[in-house]
Amino acid sequence: MSGIKEFEGKAVALDRANVDTDQIIPKQFLKRIEKTGFGRFLFYDWRYQAEGVLNEEFELNKPENQGATILIANENFGCGSSREHAPWALLDYGFKAVIAPSFADIFHQNCLKNGIVPIVLTEEEVGFLLAKGKENSFTLSIDLEKQSVTDHEGFSAQFPISQYWKAMLVNGWDEIEITLQLDDKISAFEQQRETALQI
Amino acid sequence: MGKSIVDKIWAEHVVHREEGKPDLLYIDLHLVHEVTSPQAFSGLRMKNRKVRRPDKTFATMDHNVPTINRTQIDDQVALNQMTTLEKNCLEFGVELAGIDSPEQGIVHVIGPELGLTQPGKTIVCGDSHTSTHGAFGALAFGIGTSEVEHVLATQTLWQTKPKTLKLEINGELAKGVTAKDVILYVLATYGIRFGTGYVIEYCGDVIKNLSMEERMTICNMSIEGGARAGLVSPDETTFEYLRGRKNVPTGEQFDQVVQQWKAIASDSDAEYDKVIVVDGSDIAPMVSWGTNPSMTAKVDASIPRQNDYQTELEKDSLVRALSYMGLSEGQRIEDIKIQHVFIGSCTNSRIEDIRAAAEVVKGKQVHPQVRALVVPGSQQVKKIAEAEGLDKIFVDAGFEWRDAGCSMCLSMNADVVPNGEHCASTSNRNFEGRQGAGARTHLVSPQMAAAAALNGHFVDIRKVTVGAV
Repeated sequence: MSGIKEFEGKAVALDRANVDTDQIIPKQFLKRIEKTGFGRFLFYDWRYQAEGVLNEEFELNKPENQGATILIANENFGCGSSREHAPWALLDYGFKAVIAPSFADIFHQNCLKNGIVPIVLTEEEVGFLLAKGKENSFTLSIDLEKQSVTDHEGFSAQFPISQYWKAMLVNGWDEIEITLQLDDKISAFEQQRETALQI
Repeated sequence: MGKSIVDKIWAEHVVHREEGKPDLLYIDLHLVHEVTSPQAFSGLRMKNRKVRRPDKTFATMDHNVPTINRTQIDDQVALNQMTTLEKNCLEFGVELAGIDSPEQGIVHVIGPELGLTQPGKTIVCGDSHTSTHGAFGALAFGIGTSEVEHVLATQTLWQTKPKTLKLEINGELAKGVTAKDVILYVLATYGIRFGTGYVIEYCGDVIKNLSMEERMTICNMSIEGGARAGLVSPDETTFEYLRGRKNVPTGEQFDQVVQQWKAIASDSDAEYDKVIVVDGSDIAPMVSWGTNPSMTAKVDASIPRQNDYQTELEKDSLVRALSYMGLSEGQRIEDIKIQHVFIGSCTNSRIEDIRAAAEVVKGKQVHPQVRALVVPGSQQVKKIAEAEGLDKIFVDAGFEWRDAGCSMCLSMNADVVPNGEHCASTSNRNFEGRQGAGARTHLVSPQMAAAAALNGHFVDIRKVTVGAV
């Protein structure tokens, strides 16, 4: 995974609460054994009507929202199933960040592991961006090092992120590689624990 | 000040702690299934890594498997995922309960059944319903595929210690009210994100009096409230369930391990970040009417109206949900007609669930407009049920009796609810499209599902005479 520092992109607003991962990627697309190619199935049942006809009403399908890379969502985004296919689909579609007032825990973690930045802003800030997105598509700049989201018309907000994950994302480190450096410590732990439990 | 079970399990499993980082937590048991593991095994292969502890890893196939005609699998993509799991288990030395195994079943049903799930363990699986295993006093939570790969390679995970939430359910449950109703009631009352960032510890008289299978039903749906894990401190009920099971020590060793398990239970003066107290006597049989598990009402109540909600966002969610469900504000729950019934899933497919449903069904007939399915949670559950003659009760009543798997809980196999039709389901999620594109799911207990199958609409199980032929 290559590092992420700052980027600018088109934002699209999806103003619904509790969007679950079954909506982000429906179950019929979970049978593949690859990580790639899930973008075309993103929000499938919302993007398409029966028999694959495009639903022109759906936010992502509007012509002005094509090429969006930042998704603005509402509370508890990504709840439900732990399927990592959800961030894989978002990433493959082109999203680099999701902004919401809150995320479900497993989805939040899965985003971080795939280099999608899950950005928590206040309800007021997200409300402002959702309202703005309903009017028209617009550009946002995200600076991970400064932990900031700005538009070009005076909106500016700071977001929290753990220092651990900030470093992981900025440097694009492989988490398993880091853990394997602690191999001796894991072995020592195993020995001590197995003796204590007499197993 | 005393410690909670979460504090104790956490402290016992920290391998490495460093300022500014999550803790590196040791994982005692890693359960694997066919859908969320192939990319993880590929990742290992690409970096030439091995599975660190195959002996602490156990695999089965459940999500995709057909529940009928198992020797002939027509879905080539699903078949490929199953054979990929077989190849991966063989290559990396992981034990697999494959489709032909008498031990095959839903991963959260067979873990406890085989005695792999034990108090004090850290347990993970690439599946959000891993919280089920918390019923044994294990810290068990769902993970994504990247984390599956991390556990395969290192037997550890970087984790920030979650906050603790004590959910005390006091009093007694009324007749006809089940563990499923308890958790649906909690979700209806506190919403689908009250548990985000927390591990829920369930306690109180109601929990104390539940069987292990009932506790599993409650812990299973912790994730529906946003909590990655939910657990119950182990007690005599836990130990008796585990005694004599495969993978559980025997004789003197069992007595020793019980002492260790007892020590892991929460201290009476343990501190929690949040406490919720529920009066068990207020709980009724519950039915979900919307598109997330908190959109649930008592069976004798009605669907809410926009005026019952405060915020625009909530009103908008209600309108969207009812539009999808084809239902109206203020409609009585008992007036909702159903065309399908599914008794199964990691929430409610254990032998006690099957027995409870059979008792309602015995000597009666499924409503002519209804297609009803019973899918046992494991091949072992199926075998026990058949030995007790329960399969015959269901088949005589007009139910289909199937082989074990996740089946119609998420309809990855051929067990699908058609567009626009309503299903009374003992599963855990009523999300849009979960049981099929346009399918309309209502979450209920096995007893309530069985009664709905006979009547073609929801009925209050408290008013049904059960067991009379």
